[in-house]
Amino acid sequence: MTTAAQRTGTTTALSKEQLLRMYRRMFSIREFEEHANDLYLRALMPGLTHLYEGEEAVAVGICEALRPDDYITSTHRGHGHCLAKGAKPDRMFAELLGKEAGYCRGKGGSMHIADPATGNLGANAIVGGSAAIATGAAFSAKKLGNGRICVCFFGEGALGQGVLYEAMNMAQLWKLPVVYACENNMYNEYTHYSETTAGEIMARPAAFGIPAETVDGQDVRAVNATASRLVDRARSGAGPSFLLCNTYRYRGHHVGDINREYYRAKQEEQKWSSERDPINILGEWLIQQKLADLAQLEKIQTEVKAEMNAAVEFAIAAPYPTVDEAEQDVYA
Amino acid sequence: MPETATQTGVRELTFGEAIREALAEEMRRDSRVCIIGEDVAEAGTPFKVLSGLVEEFGKERVIDTPISEPGFTGIGVGAAMTGLRPVVDIMFGDFLTLIMDQIVNQAAKIHYMSGGTWKVPMVLRTTMGATRRSAAQHSQSLHAWPSHIPGLKVILPSTPYDAKGLLKTAIRDDNPVIFFEDKMMYRLKGPVPSEEYTIPLGVADVKRSGTDITLVATSSMVQVAFGAAKMLDEIGISAEIVDPRTMWPLDEKTLIESAKKTSRVIVIDEGYQRYGVTAEIASVIAEGAFYDLDGPVKRIGAMHVPIPFSPPLEDATVPSEKQVFEAARQLCGKS
Repeated sequence: MTTAAQRTGTTTALSKEQLLRMYRRMFSIREFEEHANDLYLRALMPGLTHLYEGEEAVAVGICEALRPDDYITSTHRGHGHCLAKGAKPDRMFAELLGKEAGYCRGKGGSMHIADPATGNLGANAIVGGSAAIATGAAFSAKKLGNGRICVCFFGEGALGQGVLYEAMNMAQLWKLPVVYACENNMYNEYTHYSETTAGEIMARPAAFGIPAETVDGQDVRAVNATASRLVDRARSGAGPSFLLCNTYRYRGHHVGDINREYYRAKQEEQKWSSERDPINILGEWLIQQKLADLAQLEKIQTEVKAEMNAAVEFAIAAPYPTVDEAEQDVYA
Repeated sequence: MPETATQTGVRELTFGEAIREALAEEMRRDSRVCIIGEDVAEAGTPFKVLSGLVEEFGKERVIDTPISEPGFTGIGVGAAMTGLRPVVDIMFGDFLTLIMDQIVNQAAKIHYMSGGTWKVPMVLRTTMGATRRSAAQHSQSLHAWPSHIPGLKVILPSTPYDAKGLLKTAIRDDNPVIFFEDKMMYRLKGPVPSEEYTIPLGVADVKRSGTDITLVATSSMVQVAFGAAKMLDEIGISAEIVDPRTMWPLDEKTLIESAKKTSRVIVIDEGYQRYGVTAEIASVIAEGAFYDLDGPVKRIGAMHVPIPFSPPLEDATVPSEKQVFEAARQLCGKS
């Protein structure tokens, strides 16, 4: 049963176990990204990566509403989505370092982590590149009648890509079980979204008759409550929906984007991380509600830190693929 | 020669009918096969190739889309990854420009980028071929583009028999396959066995045996090569015609063997000559048969211009029988 409170998207009927799991997952993503940045700074990671810190509540709140066999598509800023859907940090770090033990045998890297076992159709390095693929997964779920749904994660930068609107149009025409999750972290790479986005974001799904909701993307309980309703709606056969999550990217567009003053103020960054941090918001609420005490949360943090340290060590020690791997998997 | 069938019960079918029959048979055989595209259902496409399929398989499996080529191609990719085997219909090959991200950055790379864990068993049917008086945006033969991309397979059938057998194989393949149909050949008739058969990808077909020169020809250029071969017969030149049938995988062995046998080669293709498939095929032959060749490998492709509308102009841009005849005569040193 949906309660009035759930309909407003402000509270949830989550169990203590679920709440603590979401806390652990958000903290895991935060730690993972800190390590990824550290691996970059220590020149252990080839190339660049795009960090998800600050946006953890979006991936965790939405994925908590999904079944293990539901699908997701992710983005170039995808570590959070992959972890929230159940990917293992050791194999993810191995992929970031180009090692054979990685999810893609070292051939995809940070921007292409994919994992059929957790329904992860893949992170995608083309902005908006997974919009149609996600819709296709929903298309087959409906045709095959397997009860699965798909969440299409994308940033507000993808609102500039036409294929997103083509896919949304067909999803609504055919009532496909897909949730379009727009993470508005306010910056299209190095440009504030207000400079790139005409009209209102919410007018876009409305144009197709797709129900849309806005949620505070720093409040994992609110994200989860709203996402749960939209996921249930998709699963019931009622069709697609659009979820706008207002959030913030703590770090630069990628790990090398360090001097950001030319496009945003340090005070803005500090305000979000000190006042709107999704992990702190849930942690304080758990303590206030007496669902956890500080010691319990610190225990979770200690466990996660140990897990991430071990995962990084595993990845650093793991071997690179042999050169013949380059010619494997071109064709199935 | 049929690969997996006996020749009993041979009928004459058009190229279009052979394609429709391949689709119908595969849709009966495998409930995961579906068709997605513009005007594919009741309209059966502007070329009427799909007429009757929606009546047999219903609108759940023959699905009309909005005019959104990138969107429905990408939906095909996602559907292929998750349990269907879609056949995506792109009405004109010229619209490859619209879907390049979906086929090149997505479909072609997903298996590789995912370390071999996801597959994209999708066929994309589209058209090629000029002289339909459709001008520059509906007449190009752009099959060289996907042939350049690792992860894609590319098929160019030249007969109803090949079209049916190759399309059935494509639908059963676990990779993204681009299938080019020359829209000027839809009414071309040819023998097709009534028994089930498939044709493996990567096997060229010697369409005509000869001793003096090899004409490597693709798609409708096989008919052009046959016309030229007839003219060459009259001046005592025996031409062999080899149809690679698939641009990738490419049967390099058969091409090189024929070149070694005849010692002279002309490659004919309706795509643009510059940087086109003729360049790749000529290079493969030059490298593989160099010491057996009596002259350079010649190439004949489309004129390097946007396809013009006016009939005499358009006709001049496409390789002709006379052009092939003249090139062969010169290469064989006959005056």
